[in-house]
Amino acid sequence: MNLFYLISAVCFILGLKRLSHPRTARSGNFLAALGMLIAIAATLASSNVLDLNLILIGVGVGALIGFLFATRVQMTEMPQMVAIFNGLGGAASALIASAEFLSNPNSPYIIVCLSVFIGSLTFTGSFIAFGKLQGIISGRAITFKGQQLFNALIAIASLVLILIPNLITSDLMTAFIVIIILALILGVGLTIPIGGADMPVVISLLNSYSGVAAAATGFLIDNQALIISGSLVGASGLILTNIMCKGMNRSLANVIFGAVGAESSTGSSAEGKEMNIKSYSTTEAAMILDAAEKIIIVPGYGLAVAQAQHVAREVADALESKGKKVYYAIHPVAGRMPGHMNVLLAEANVSYDLLKDLDEINPEFEDCDVALILGANDVVNPAARHDQSSPIYGMPILNVDKSKTVIINKRSMNPGFAGVQNELFGYDNSIMVFGDAKDMLNSLLKEIKEL
Amino acid sequence: MDVNLITIFILAIFVGNEIINKVPPTLHTPLMSGSNAISGIAIVGALLAIKVGGEIGTYIGLAALICATINVVGGFLVTDRMLKMFKKK
Repeated sequence: MNLFYLISAVCFILGLKRLSHPRTARSGNFLAALGMLIAIAATLASSNVLDLNLILIGVGVGALIGFLFATRVQMTEMPQMVAIFNGLGGAASALIASAEFLSNPNSPYIIVCLSVFIGSLTFTGSFIAFGKLQGIISGRAITFKGQQLFNALIAIASLVLILIPNLITSDLMTAFIVIIILALILGVGLTIPIGGADMPVVISLLNSYSGVAAAATGFLIDNQALIISGSLVGASGLILTNIMCKGMNRSLANVIFGAVGAESSTGSSAEGKEMNIKSYSTTEAAMILDAAEKIIIVPGYGLAVAQAQHVAREVADALESKGKKVYYAIHPVAGRMPGHMNVLLAEANVSYDLLKDLDEINPEFEDCDVALILGANDVVNPAARHDQSSPIYGMPILNVDKSKTVIINKRSMNPGFAGVQNELFGYDNSIMVFGDAKDMLNSLLKEIKEL
Repeated sequence: MDVNLITIFILAIFVGNEIINKVPPTLHTPLMSGSNAISGIAIVGALLAIKVGGEIGTYIGLAALICATINVVGGFLVTDRMLKMFKKK
């Protein structure tokens, strides 16, 4: 029995390892899926008290829903989708621990509660994240007075109930139910104060939690497959969380408790200054691009919202056919989840070796003729380098302002998600082309081809 | 709690750290959805909870099974769909 779980764990590890290169990644994912199949088959074969009819129903319903999700989702909606999956993973772990506790009240109470607590928190946290990404709930940070105290009290109460329940009640069943309710509330409480631009961190963290919840459940039901896979995922989520925090030069605590992006945090020095904004037409922008040799495209969340990834690639193709060099600069926290822009551009058929990350592309801006900013904002704000009063001060940015010309496409002058006005827009070498990214790029494409 | 299980837990975290640190930023989204599908391993626990005549535990297990299956099937499929698109020309 455990031998099969070992084989599937090896499949997961090798699969994740193969995920580290685009060439082998697909086979890695396949290997991991195979590992899962082995674990499921071994489990079904190991016990003769399982209700196979019910199992068939459950797997059928789940597989159908999963299939529909996976085949229908737009690439731009990938962050929402991952948020939902994280939440369901958490819910599954919490439900398994509950089922175990209800059918056997003598199960180890602390492990039951830890598993239920992390799972429930992941569940509501992920669904709030989903709501924010989907626009059902305001994407801005939602804060109220005493919020952190409120969350802290819930966390402490839960810990006491998990570790020393006898202090409060001798009825473990009641304590168990109260813990579930507290965890569900805490998941909401911890996620609503986080602004849209910080979503990549939250999604990564919830990803990690869903793994930890599975590992905790593994301890409860004494199952090594759950422990190994759960800790792999927990580690992976934590690594991504760290990379995302570094991408913003902020600590995890600051992201979770800082509430950057709330209505109140718009205090920036650039706001007081008059900016000299130069608004150009696509015809003029096309002429500037036509005179350029080296062009770097900087995509951001706005590109995803406008679904403009395909036409962006067509513009790049048109420029390349005129003998120009075109690269893409991808900031680690561009978009709403780790790697969001890469997936979008891959969907648009952009070769992955043209996608350059921050360290690789920054020296290239020095001799770049045009930086074309498509729906990115905070990640190109030079205030992050010098303005100590800016909320994004210290964040590593793409040095687009070093290019000869910066063309910025935006829908309007609204500030980015961090609530900061971007001083780049007023720079002498900056020009703005207003409009929806897709419409703008379509007319730009026409102009370039006509030149 | 069994010390062996804790040993496995700690070692697996180290392994996870080693292999995932090398994933390039381009593949961060597929890594996330792929690892998410792997955390659907909870499906094993859900299966074991669905016993004949197991009453309430069985039905909660069924709910868990549906959640975990969505996670596994959806996760691996969508990851494959994304990875298919990563091409070098």
